[in-house]
Amino acid sequence: MLNQLTISELTAKLAQRDVSAREAMQSCLDRIARVDGKIHAFISHDDADALAQADAADQEISRGAKKPLLGVPIAIKDVLAVKNQPLNCASKILGKFISPYDATAIEKLKAAGAVVFGRCNMDEFAMGSSTENSAFGPTHNPWDITRIPGGSSGGSAAAVAADECIAALGTDTGGSIRQPAALCGCVGLKPTYGRISRYGLVAFASSLDQIGPFTKDVRDAATLLGVMSGHDLRDSTSVPQPVPDYARALTGDIKGLKLGLPKEYLIGGLDPEVKAAVDAAVKKYQELGAEIVEISLPHTDYAVAVYYIVATAEASANLARFDGIRYGARVDGHDPIELYSQTRGAGFGAEVKRRIILGTYVLSSGYHDAYYLQAQKVRTLIRNDFLKAFEQVDAIVTPTSPTAAFKLGEKSGDPLQMYLSDIFTISCNLAGICGISIPCGFTQNPRLPIGLQLLGKPFGEETMLNLAYAFEQATSWHKEKAAI
Amino acid sequence: MASAEIDVKYVAHLARLALTPDEEKTLGAQLGNILGYIEKLRELDVTSVEPTAHAVPMVNVTRADEVRPSLSHEDALRNAPRQAGGLFIVPKIVE
Repeated sequence: MLNQLTISELTAKLAQRDVSAREAMQSCLDRIARVDGKIHAFISHDDADALAQADAADQEISRGAKKPLLGVPIAIKDVLAVKNQPLNCASKILGKFISPYDATAIEKLKAAGAVVFGRCNMDEFAMGSSTENSAFGPTHNPWDITRIPGGSSGGSAAAVAADECIAALGTDTGGSIRQPAALCGCVGLKPTYGRISRYGLVAFASSLDQIGPFTKDVRDAATLLGVMSGHDLRDSTSVPQPVPDYARALTGDIKGLKLGLPKEYLIGGLDPEVKAAVDAAVKKYQELGAEIVEISLPHTDYAVAVYYIVATAEASANLARFDGIRYGARVDGHDPIELYSQTRGAGFGAEVKRRIILGTYVLSSGYHDAYYLQAQKVRTLIRNDFLKAFEQVDAIVTPTSPTAAFKLGEKSGDPLQMYLSDIFTISCNLAGICGISIPCGFTQNPRLPIGLQLLGKPFGEETMLNLAYAFEQATSWHKEKAAI
Repeated sequence: MASAEIDVKYVAHLARLALTPDEEKTLGAQLGNILGYIEKLRELDVTSVEPTAHAVPMVNVTRADEVRPSLSHEDALRNAPRQAGGLFIVPKIVE
């Protein structure tokens, strides 16, 4: 079953010519044909284009080419531009949009030899925590199809967890990679802000958005991070910092590393089974030689409020470009203002409208200082909490999500409850640091994956990945497969 | 919370977003609830705190001002809902 392999397993087999890239791609497409009717991880996939890329990879392999991802099928969240492929952000408003260029991250994957395919489902414009806000219908969790896969990158997480691809890309603005990775039982990495170029990523909240990988193990996450990282002249917020060899950092030796346990994260809403799994993981880290240090992040309780001001304010500005003039769907009007309003009213879904209104309000005359400026100042306090903690510890360990996957429809009527499900992941984006979710156990009945979150220093991905790797080497949670 | 009331109709106009009367009603209630939650930020004294706009502060990022290849005219118009003569077509703006 080639579709079940990791990147390192598949590239080894390809290099030895045991299998072809076409066979690997076909194996993923066959899997999609068998299970995606139930999961709906993909909005669309262009099989002919995927197989043509795989054939081209096979030719390169036969000529002896060596590239880190040569022939590896990687699925893409529907928010990243892939030249000549559709781009909808799971919204109606983009109509029949076809990307005229590649995002920088996609360009780098292609240059590394990857077979870039598919449009993974998501919450519309990455706004949501359940992938229920998709104009193309929800994605279902491979472990229990009556439950959500998390969001907003729920399609990418479900596709990896159900072995419909070898790895996938998502984006993370407040937890949109780590939370679905936790709920679907795979590895999800949000890099430090500025590590990967955002050029070609449709902006939701520009000061928070980052692209990152979904993978079946930590080594694969390190590989993809290395391929996609680096400064880009086309994104002025990408940081000119050298890209280390992340895979080389995976020694598994974590003796003496200090791991912070924030006392503010043991909140009332934390599910007892999630708490037990995280407690067991902390114990495992002690056995492996890490030192556990209790730390305090005193402004944790304000993170969700700050996030829903900053993120919606930035979104209301970013989404102004969807006006029905230059691209996407259009509803005609007698004058431009009517055209804009009608197009946007018909094109955006409920959650996107909610956030545009909230973001416009907090930026509007008379409210800017009370809401937006206040939130930006509290953001400073949250960032300072982390910088202070990192003077004491090498990384921080928390649950990724307070509960395992919830039922479809369970929270969709109550936006505030949905927002609070991101309580452990949001601070990381506000502070601009890096984070990863790795599998750390299961609930009993029903059996659902639980995720462990590690948070690292700004550009501290090497240490964070090595900590994740050490845990993965000592456990077998990541090897469990959903029965679908 | 009483202080958190949005004039949804007015804000929707600012955002150029047509809403149905039902949407206005539902959004008003939900946003009141969310703003009530957000009010908790006022508990904090932030008078001497600098705002954070970006987590990784970078200033004056520039690049060389050079002519580089960009999208062709044809590619730029390919996704337009209406176009003619190499231009985007919009409703009449000036009478």
